[in-house]
Amino acid sequence: MAISLKINGKTVKTNSDPETPLLWMLRDELGMVGTKFGCGIAQCGACTIHVDGIPVRGCQTLLEDAEGLEVNTIEGLAKDGKLHPLQQAWIDHDVPQCGYCQAGQIMSAAALLAENPKPTDQEIDDAMAGNLCRCGTYPRIRAAIKQAAGLGG
Amino acid sequence: MTNISLNRRAFLGASGALVIAVSIPGCKPKGIGPITDKDIKSMTLNAHVEVATDGSVTIMAPHPEIGQGVKTSLPMIVAEELDVSWDKVTVKQSVIDEKYGYQFAGGSLSVPMLWQPLREAGATARAMLVSAAAAHWAVEAKDCSTEDGYVIHGDNRLGYGDLVEAAAKQAVPEKDSLKLKDPKDFNILGRRITGVDNLAIVTGQPLFGIDQKIENMHYATYSKCPAVGGTVKSANLDAVKSMPGISDAFVLEAVGKEDVLKPGVAIVGTSTFAVFKAKEALEVDWDLTSAASFNWSEFLEQGKAGALLKGNTTLFDDGNVDTAFGQAKTTVERVYAYPFLPHAPLEPQNCTAYVQGDKVEIWAPTQTPTGAVQMVVKDFGFAAENVTLNQTRCGGGFGRRLFNDFVAEAVAISKKSGLPTKVQWTRPDGMTNDYFRPGGVHGCAAALDEEGKIKGWKVNFHTLSNDGKTPGRSPNAYMGNEFPRHLVENYQVNETVTKMAIPTGWWRAPISNAFAFVYGSFLHEIAHETNQDYVQMLLGLYGDDQIIPGPQGTEIDTNRAKGVIRAVAERSNWGKSLPKGRAQGLSYYYSHSGYIGEVVELEVSADKRIKVHKVDVVADVGPIVNMSGAENQCAGSVIDGLSTMMNLRVDIQNGRIMQGNFDEYPLMRMPNTPDIDVHFIQSANPPTGLGEPALPPLAPAVCNAIFAATGERVRELPLSKSGYSFSA
Repeated sequence: MAISLKINGKTVKTNSDPETPLLWMLRDELGMVGTKFGCGIAQCGACTIHVDGIPVRGCQTLLEDAEGLEVNTIEGLAKDGKLHPLQQAWIDHDVPQCGYCQAGQIMSAAALLAENPKPTDQEIDDAMAGNLCRCGTYPRIRAAIKQAAGLGG
Repeated sequence: MTNISLNRRAFLGASGALVIAVSIPGCKPKGIGPITDKDIKSMTLNAHVEVATDGSVTIMAPHPEIGQGVKTSLPMIVAEELDVSWDKVTVKQSVIDEKYGYQFAGGSLSVPMLWQPLREAGATARAMLVSAAAAHWAVEAKDCSTEDGYVIHGDNRLGYGDLVEAAAKQAVPEKDSLKLKDPKDFNILGRRITGVDNLAIVTGQPLFGIDQKIENMHYATYSKCPAVGGTVKSANLDAVKSMPGISDAFVLEAVGKEDVLKPGVAIVGTSTFAVFKAKEALEVDWDLTSAASFNWSEFLEQGKAGALLKGNTTLFDDGNVDTAFGQAKTTVERVYAYPFLPHAPLEPQNCTAYVQGDKVEIWAPTQTPTGAVQMVVKDFGFAAENVTLNQTRCGGGFGRRLFNDFVAEAVAISKKSGLPTKVQWTRPDGMTNDYFRPGGVHGCAAALDEEGKIKGWKVNFHTLSNDGKTPGRSPNAYMGNEFPRHLVENYQVNETVTKMAIPTGWWRAPISNAFAFVYGSFLHEIAHETNQDYVQMLLGLYGDDQIIPGPQGTEIDTNRAKGVIRAVAERSNWGKSLPKGRAQGLSYYYSHSGYIGEVVELEVSADKRIKVHKVDVVADVGPIVNMSGAENQCAGSVIDGLSTMMNLRVDIQNGRIMQGNFDEYPLMRMPNTPDIDVHFIQSANPPTGLGEPALPPLAPAVCNAIFAATGERVRELPLSKSGYSFSA
């Protein structure tokens, strides 16, 4: 039985195993590889996506749980050819080192700013605590979020 | 340090190849004219530089990008000497080819090795463009100058794009004739340049090994024995093969040593999820006859108990240590220990390979692409010309991807299955199948005179290796000029090596990542015991300006060392008064040709919770190539150092690694991140790399600060073992 969901505004129907985590459905089936695999147990946040606007871990969110819901990924963050302010801030601050975690970081930050456009330093730290960066780019992630939020940085 | 330079022959070979490749119309008259052949869009001036007829420039990034920034910084060096503005430059990862020398990312060596050759590559291309313009204007090349992609002579200006066809026909200039820029004229080097892949990273485009997809690609897992050296007796292959999405499952025998292909069970299927699910259902009966049986805790206890006894091999014995200790006014003896560490890059190991007959094409996130090709040739019998390796961006390296075992797996699985296959590791696969930073124990003793001066220095070092003789692959071997050798007259290092079968390897700042903790802590203990200010004691030890000898490329200039120590003390306001429970700690260490001083300011609560407020970093690595990347490397090294020393280690029981994922290997998170200030002393020395040297001083600086704040000395890492944790 086909499962239907919306990914970055487009309706997608699939006959894949309903227990497939969205992470693997996005990557292997749709070729959307911006969402990354890091740990498989919701510890690292590299697979952070939005389901109905809520940041969730793609490795723990099964296809069957997302039936009929709106899924947004890093590939859908830029709109009408214009980067999201977070994406621009990430480039301006040269945040990435290896870059592997950054899509997940940006998706967590985007969910934060959507709900809380002017977060405090503490609120930024709290919202980002689920995303690991093995290279240690945390200071620049903080600065980039502040820039995107119009808080300096 | 190995010094591999691109020789002239490589350039000639490269430019010779291009003449054939771009098919220059043979009938075209010599000299410059409007380019009429519309097929010619760009030309390669040498292996590193291609200029298009519209003036845009493509520069090759010859070494793997693992997060250390070389995909941006190395092309910056070429662009500077070519004299084009950075916005005209597109960077491409180069092919893997001997014309680029040995291509790898390790040892913080990319910048020091390639600084001069890449400047010459840029200057060579520039000289050929200038020659072409000079010939066109019938003037002397020496009277022409360049600016931002143009050759200029008086009122004449010609863009590189208009010159490129004629330039490609110019003789390649002699290296001696090249005029490199005066650093004061640099337009690109030293600036803040954002990473060339950043747009692709923030929009989620395919870049990494794991992102590769080729036609009809299948997915595979490969399960190895939990204890290294174990082999497959039997496995429930039929049950696995019957699972949905699984096309094949088979046993592979070992190939080469443990750094090539370990024995195991491959499962091949149509999606990552299908093969991961099948891997969970896989049951293997392992033959443990030749498997590792090492227990870390036994080694640690034995090492600590015997650490001050003489080791079984004396590595260095300067002066007369026994006399120095016999005449000492005071002696200080301490024992330090540190654990095994996995690398844990965030991108789990993976590799895509397609074997077709006697040919193989590989897509690999490796730190040693040249080494991977050599391995495939040597251990899998392919002819070198039949191996194509596509270098991908690496989701972290830290030394793990210097080993190409995941490449061996992909090649072996594709060869056996006949399918284009991506082998994908899980996180536990990576945590338990690593080439670990080995743990170790150091017993340190110092003989002091009435003034607290160090007259004798003796270390007994307990380490591990796979052959029981030398610390294998020197991940923890003495180099010969570890501080304070040559500064203390009577100096002795003894080594005891225990044999074990756990694979070991280079972990970011190998050797130094452990030794800095030991020596930086011990020296601080000596300063405390003798009531000396630590900074003054360090400066006194370095004494007069001199060069401390060491293996080539590791000679230490004490003037640079003292400059860094003084600067970090000044920038951190060293010795300032702080409230109770809050203190500073300083450390200085030299590694990978970099001089780094760090001061940590932290606070320790009554229940041993640590809040690191500030870390000041001062580095002298010569001139900075990319200021943005350089600062990022230093800050990242501080965070890696702090993360590792607080909580990280793997335990090994009966040859098995006991930690499998990030819930058991808790990397530091954003809320624990301190403010970090990075400052460079840009001395006029050749530039050296920054991927590693800012990590080693962090651990001793933190331990010294904890002591200053609490009076408790930590002599074993990680700190969690002594009950410390990050403040919430």
